Amino acid sequence: MLIELLLATAFVAGLLVLLVDDEVAPRLAFALSLLPLLVSLAMWAGFDGHGNVLLGGQAAFQTVVPWLQLGPYALNWHVGVDGISLPLVLLTTLLTPLAILSAWTPIDERQSQFYGLVLLIETALLGVFVALDFVVWFVFWEAVLIPMYFLIAIWGGPRRRYASVKFLIYTNVASLLLFIAFVALVFGLGDAVSSFELPAIAQALQTTAPSALAGVPPNTLKTVAFVAMFIGFGVKVPIVPFHTWLPDAHVEAPTPASVILAGVLLKMGTYAMLRFNFTMLAGVARSLAVPIAIVAVVSVIYGAMLALAQQDLKRIVAYSSISSMGYVILGLVAYTTYGLGGATFQMISHGLLSALLFMVVGVIYNTTHTRMVGDLSGLADRMPITVAVFVAGAFGYMGLPLMSGFVAELFVFLGAFGASFSAAPVFTAVAMFGIVIVAGYLLFAMQRTLFGAYRVDTDYEAERAPLHDIAPLLVLVLVVVALGVAPDLFYNMIQGAVNPIVHLAAGGGV
Amino acid sequence: MAAFTLPALTPQLLLGLTALAVLAYDSVFPEGDNRRVLVGITTAGTLLTVAVTGFFLASGTGLPSTGGAIPLFHGQLVVDGMGLFFTLIIGSVTLLVAVASYDYLEGHPYQAEYYALLVMAALGMSLMGVANSFPTGFISLELASLPAYALVAFLKHDSGSVEAGLKYFLIGALSSAVFAFGISLVYAATGSLQFGAVAAAVSGASNLVGLLGVGVLMVLGGVAFKTTTVPFHFWAPDAYEGAVAPISAFISSASKAAGFVLAFRLFVTAFPIHTLAPMGIDWVLAVQLLAVLTMTLGNFAAATQESVKRMLAYSSIGHAGYALIGLAALTGGQNAIVLGAAMMHLFVYGFMNTGAFLFVALAEYWDVGRTFDDYRGLARQAPVASVAMTVFMFSLAGLPIGGGFVSKYFLFLGAVGAGFWWLAAVGAANSALSLFYYARVVKALWIDDPLGEPVTITDRPTGLYVALLVAAVVTVLLLPFFRPVAETAVQAATVLFA
Repeated sequence: MLIELLLATAFVAGLLVLLVDDEVAPRLAFALSLLPLLVSLAMWAGFDGHGNVLLGGQAAFQTVVPWLQLGPYALNWHVGVDGISLPLVLLTTLLTPLAILSAWTPIDERQSQFYGLVLLIETALLGVFVALDFVVWFVFWEAVLIPMYFLIAIWGGPRRRYASVKFLIYTNVASLLLFIAFVALVFGLGDAVSSFELPAIAQALQTTAPSALAGVPPNTLKTVAFVAMFIGFGVKVPIVPFHTWLPDAHVEAPTPASVILAGVLLKMGTYAMLRFNFTMLAGVARSLAVPIAIVAVVSVIYGAMLALAQQDLKRIVAYSSISSMGYVILGLVAYTTYGLGGATFQMISHGLLSALLFMVVGVIYNTTHTRMVGDLSGLADRMPITVAVFVAGAFGYMGLPLMSGFVAELFVFLGAFGASFSAAPVFTAVAMFGIVIVAGYLLFAMQRTLFGAYRVDTDYEAERAPLHDIAPLLVLVLVVVALGVAPDLFYNMIQGAVNPIVHLAAGGGV
Repeated sequence: MAAFTLPALTPQLLLGLTALAVLAYDSVFPEGDNRRVLVGITTAGTLLTVAVTGFFLASGTGLPSTGGAIPLFHGQLVVDGMGLFFTLIIGSVTLLVAVASYDYLEGHPYQAEYYALLVMAALGMSLMGVANSFPTGFISLELASLPAYALVAFLKHDSGSVEAGLKYFLIGALSSAVFAFGISLVYAATGSLQFGAVAAAVSGASNLVGLLGVGVLMVLGGVAFKTTTVPFHFWAPDAYEGAVAPISAFISSASKAAGFVLAFRLFVTAFPIHTLAPMGIDWVLAVQLLAVLTMTLGNFAAATQESVKRMLAYSSIGHAGYALIGLAALTGGQNAIVLGAAMMHLFVYGFMNTGAFLFVALAEYWDVGRTFDDYRGLARQAPVASVAMTVFMFSLAGLPIGGGFVSKYFLFLGAVGAGFWWLAAVGAANSALSLFYYARVVKALWIDDPLGEPVTITDRPTGLYVALLVAAVVTVLLLPFFRPVAETAVQAATVLFA
């Protein structure tokens, strides 16, 4: 019941905050957002799952309640967490209160609506990570769009209307695509499944060959479904060339929304890829390893190059997300323990680090009202703590040892280097070059804006940020370092959940 | 089993009595402002109808658990799960519309006639749901249509309303003629008028395939008028736009549902596709074509509108296209899911689309104007109503804020399962497009600032608000509590195919 409690606290908090006055909304939202965090910490403490929930493992805090019967198919409210989803749940519950704190300064109109929507989006995101029935999962997956649409459209930058509609329609098309692909796959299994439960379907896919559906031969069906789902999830990730909504949405979104967007929302895509593409259809994924690796490497390099070309600090961080997500996909396709584990760890690590960088950029913007590299110089003198955090976050991004980014990227590279698909070392080497570009643009941006003589080319002065702006930054730095020093806080459970996938892909069965 | 059982036609009888009661009251007390009583009678009557129908469904009347469909009058009518399911839709829509009309019609003459016509049309529509032969089907269709023509033209000093009524009437009359001619051809080929008897006779009509084929096509055209299927949809945008908004809600939700239930029963029972397809009369193929055309044209036209009401009219055509998947994806081995999903979609649609038109009614009541731009910033003035409208819009678009999400995806799911993945793909493309124009309303309400002086709203009409909120709450609750709707629909569809 802890999972229901988790979702209920976030949902009720959201509704409650929507109803209160603007004056009390920020504080109330922050206080209430600590409840899901506490529940998720309790889940962490009491976690007793093992293995991969889709491949016969035991999920923790599992509940199954019949929802409805659709002809021969039973649809159930089925939730539970394993070593892959629990870290993402914790990431979500941690980032939400921090995002709410970081909103106290910049959000000065319609507060109750803003914080209410943030809490509602948290509910939907948590639902995505805990749902184990396809239809329930899909409800949450789509539900994320509604609050995000409002967050971008109401509190965004000058082109927010365009950006919000683009985000909404782009990701909705992707959802429709993956829905049709997955449902076709399930119907292809025929009588082998009698529900839309993800574990049942995942296991049936390993033991039963799908029959032809509507004249499409089974293997083609699997491949087509894989590609359609890969694209459908890839839009959320985003992978090149389906990334064009991301910079628009990010640049126009208010900082706290960007934190949620980059920190958690993108992970929905890679999480779903891991569950659907790389676990359920491991065979297809292995046969398509080279094209997928190409997509991953292109995302890494191209995303980094795009970031290099930006003048807007927020755009730099936004584009660098594309690059970081490329590493996740490279790790997934490697099908080694380090690769899959590192990819999952990278989801967490990137969630923390990108949130950190977005918040730092937000703090700088709050006081200077500009994000352009050319408008800023020598901020270190005026905002020493913020600048220190910026430097720490940037080095974490580049993969400095003792920070989570190092662990994540090291594992991904180790895993990908040892992968069995052809030319895996070459792909890995090219992807590693992405780090150099990341270092390039981050160092360049920092040098220009943080150091040198103080200068701000707007009508505002850089001033020390208030405590509620700084506090979330420090919390994030602490967590990033903690995970860098002791990755086993999460890595053990992640490894326990990805090993069955490696075993399966090596031909070992469920 | 209780010792006393209600007659199976109780819902229809109740509707008929309600209409008569309204007229009787008005002829006894013709003077003075009696609209409270009139609305009271209508509301009580339709509420009772809805309750009885719900009770029937809950106790399994017409479903396999109590012995299956109940044929009446030698099979001229049949009360089964599907008939009751649609009576529930029609009754609920009528109830919402009646409650909302109370404020909307303030100060208009001929109120008794309005409510009597409304309930009579509802009676005709619910009879369409149980009609099991061509004559009863045709008569019910006329009983549903004739009051509807008058209702559309209710504002007789408003040229838009009158024009809409005339257009509706002319095209309706033409469609009825086509329908009647189709029936006569089918009768000529099979010698029967009762649906079951026609089905039994079609296989013997192999030397009259041409005649039968034209008959089937014309019958299809006749019902396509009611379901606003392209190319028989031309009346719909004008009629919906010109009519008073509650009546637009009524026609676009209830009348459409009635057209669909008649089409479902008629084609599944009288023209079994497994017999007709080998004879070369593949009506499923024709419906597939119509479904694709209807959803595409409806959605594309909706995307280009400036008036919200007209956008809703076209979007209603788009939804007719989705519901047609219920017939278009038959023969794929998932018949019960496919047809059941179409029924579910029409059920949810009855609430979300009615609600959307009622919001337009509210906007007209406040005189805020008709275009997207006129709706700008309305959420600040009327947050509760705007939340309701947002629910309707996103639910219509298929986002998980209401039952529209589940029913639409079940339709696509059924189509994919039946092997018609391309039908689902076309539906999906349209659904994404629809998000664009539905989001425009939401954007206008919540995000845009008013262009000129914002309208000041002081008056909050109780009836309209109650209807709007009930529709919104039901729409939302249908997401988590979809079970009774989904399971009843699939069961009812299974009975139909048995």
